[in-house]
Amino acid sequence: MYDSRVYFDHNATTPVDPEVADVVDKATRELFGNPSSIHKDGRRARRSLDEARRDLSLFLNCNASEVFFTASGSESNNLAIIGAAYALKSRGSHLITSTVEHPSILKTFQYLEKQGWRVSYLKVDSKGRLDLEDLESSIRADTTLVSLMMANNETGVIFPVKEAAAIARKRGVMFHSDAVQAVGKIDVDILSLGLDMLSIAGHKLYAPKGIGALYVKEGLNISPIIHGGGQEFGLRAGTENLPGILGLARAAAISKSILADESARLKELKSYLKNGIERIFPEIVFNGSFEDSLPNTLSLSFKGISAESVIIAFDLEGFSLSAGSACASGAISRSHVLGAMGLDEETIDGTLRISLGRGNTIDEVERFLEVLPTILNRLN
Amino acid sequence: MKDSGDKTKKRVAVAMSGGVDSSAAALILKREGYDVIGISMKLLSDELSGKKGGCCSLEDFNDARRVADILDVPYYVLNMQKEFSDRVIASFVTDYSSGKTPNPCILCNQEMKFDLLMKKAAQLGADYLATGHYARVDYDDKRGRYILKKGLDATKDQSYFLFSMTQDQLSKTLFPVGSFCKDEIRDMLRDAGISIADKDESQDICFVDDGDYSTLIEKSVDKTKPGHGDIVSEDGRILGTHDGIHNYTIGQRRGLGISSLKRQYVLGLDLAGNRVIVGDEEGLLSGGLMATSPNWISIEGLKGELEASVKIRYSLNDHKAILSPQDEGSVKIRFLEKVRAVTPGQAVVFYDGEEVIGGGWIERAIK
Repeated sequence: MYDSRVYFDHNATTPVDPEVADVVDKATRELFGNPSSIHKDGRRARRSLDEARRDLSLFLNCNASEVFFTASGSESNNLAIIGAAYALKSRGSHLITSTVEHPSILKTFQYLEKQGWRVSYLKVDSKGRLDLEDLESSIRADTTLVSLMMANNETGVIFPVKEAAAIARKRGVMFHSDAVQAVGKIDVDILSLGLDMLSIAGHKLYAPKGIGALYVKEGLNISPIIHGGGQEFGLRAGTENLPGILGLARAAAISKSILADESARLKELKSYLKNGIERIFPEIVFNGSFEDSLPNTLSLSFKGISAESVIIAFDLEGFSLSAGSACASGAISRSHVLGAMGLDEETIDGTLRISLGRGNTIDEVERFLEVLPTILNRLN
Repeated sequence: MKDSGDKTKKRVAVAMSGGVDSSAAALILKREGYDVIGISMKLLSDELSGKKGGCCSLEDFNDARRVADILDVPYYVLNMQKEFSDRVIASFVTDYSSGKTPNPCILCNQEMKFDLLMKKAAQLGADYLATGHYARVDYDDKRGRYILKKGLDATKDQSYFLFSMTQDQLSKTLFPVGSFCKDEIRDMLRDAGISIADKDESQDICFVDDGDYSTLIEKSVDKTKPGHGDIVSEDGRILGTHDGIHNYTIGQRRGLGISSLKRQYVLGLDLAGNRVIVGDEEGLLSGGLMATSPNWISIEGLKGELEASVKIRYSLNDHKAILSPQDEGSVKIRFLEKVRAVTPGQAVVFYDGEEVIGGGWIERAIK
């Protein structure tokens, strides 16, 4: 049963690309040296680290010295926000983010609120879109940082971060974007976006878990949150996870080479899926602006049907899907993102997320559409 | 028999708590060839379930998940916090603040496991729901009814908690551990390499921290109602003050804070007068009781008088009694010998040998 499973949950995590797995495996076996050591083993490791940093900077279109490796997207987000807030503490204590960010952003801002910072949370409309005028009017004299996600993990809605960054820049405010869900799905070009900081995570990009990166623009100083041996230009201590770093760099390069074709393919697959579901269940509601969303992400609500039951029923049929976010027990907790969009509880509880990826085929989408009516009949 | 047919095609959802009995239930069914799915209900918020000894802590889910992994069956945690709060906790609070001593575990079986969870299981294509209760279900051709029986291990029998099950629910329920002794169950798990075999049993009410239900009730009830009131004797003399009748239960002796030559017990809780009535031990004895909302299992309904063994609390022995039907569907129970501490809010369950005839909720004692 497990060999023919269909995986529709790429926003949760992605399978590791075989080529990336080879890179990671080889580095694990052969590049054991500590990049800080002066001997040959250390120098070999150091050279690979530098190459990986350069490769990732090419992917992001920035300088190699602006790329800092971390252990996860969550760590990158924590470092960016806490690091900038503390570094700019003397200039002000007001921060801005949105209500629909990932928990690693929201909880970090909540932590800073307890430390004395004030935070404004920008609202979104029913389609999950941001109003840039809200951002403009929320910036105060003592605002030091704006953090807005590039694309939402639950709805796939893309925020206009280029325009938002321009507004922040005009007012002299630092701008960070959590691009964890965006990289590999849409073109992320730091030079043209004009951002100050940007977070990415390996495991959403067909690299392994346990590796992330933060871009910090040259000349900007943020405070470290992990202190120690001075790795990553003194910003992030800890001996480098070289296999993960090399894996991330390779995964980024692969993603860049196929991005245009792959995103067009996924967009088509998503439309096919959307139309198919609409045919079977005309009352279906799709969440988020379809035009401004990631090519792979579909958020849909079967009002009055428990998404929890739909997901379990699909799992038993061999399909991996998800709802909002899961809590530690594995039970589904109600989505703050859909709540912020003003959806009612019944709709939220009936909301599924399908996130497509590289391995998915039209054949799999058709199999899904075949199983759907049976499952809905049983649940209705 | 409902168990006939090809088991390999029958899907069973097992309600898994991470404890010994429900883990064994999953193990037994898996060995019998059923298509087993493990399910846990998340009934409490993370904050409430953090405490020790409850049945829904993260640790318990992890235990259940581990057992499911060993058995190679899918496992899910269903979020049922809102329903539990609405259907079980709310009624627990109402009962306590109206002078009753409720039994939320029975209500949880009735409202959560054999209603909501059973429906969810059916939605997932399950033919049966199984739990780790020590009880047995048989179909009797002659009567054309599903019969609920005590567990084979008399010391572990839990049929008392299941009296409200309907025929439809019984037809879709499996109690795999009911035909075993507790020791056999522990051995079975140990032999299967499932190391929770020595885990303690949960005893407390899962949503009450360390037996402190007063806090929960005080948080939930109307603050404008008077809390404290008088402790009075049976003839109405004021003997002391109490701090809210929900803090007392029938038969309670300790913590009354009154001095008397003879030992004093709580005999009754007077909601209208906000009074706790105390007296000596004889006052606790009742000749009978009135029960409401009866449910009948081995019989279709109570047509006339019927002799039965009855249980008025889970932990107590059976008493011989005569049941007689009353108007509006309630049942009058007369004990052959007087019985101590009949407690409104608890269940009364009627037995004929090992069969459950039915049961109801104790409304009041009869002298």
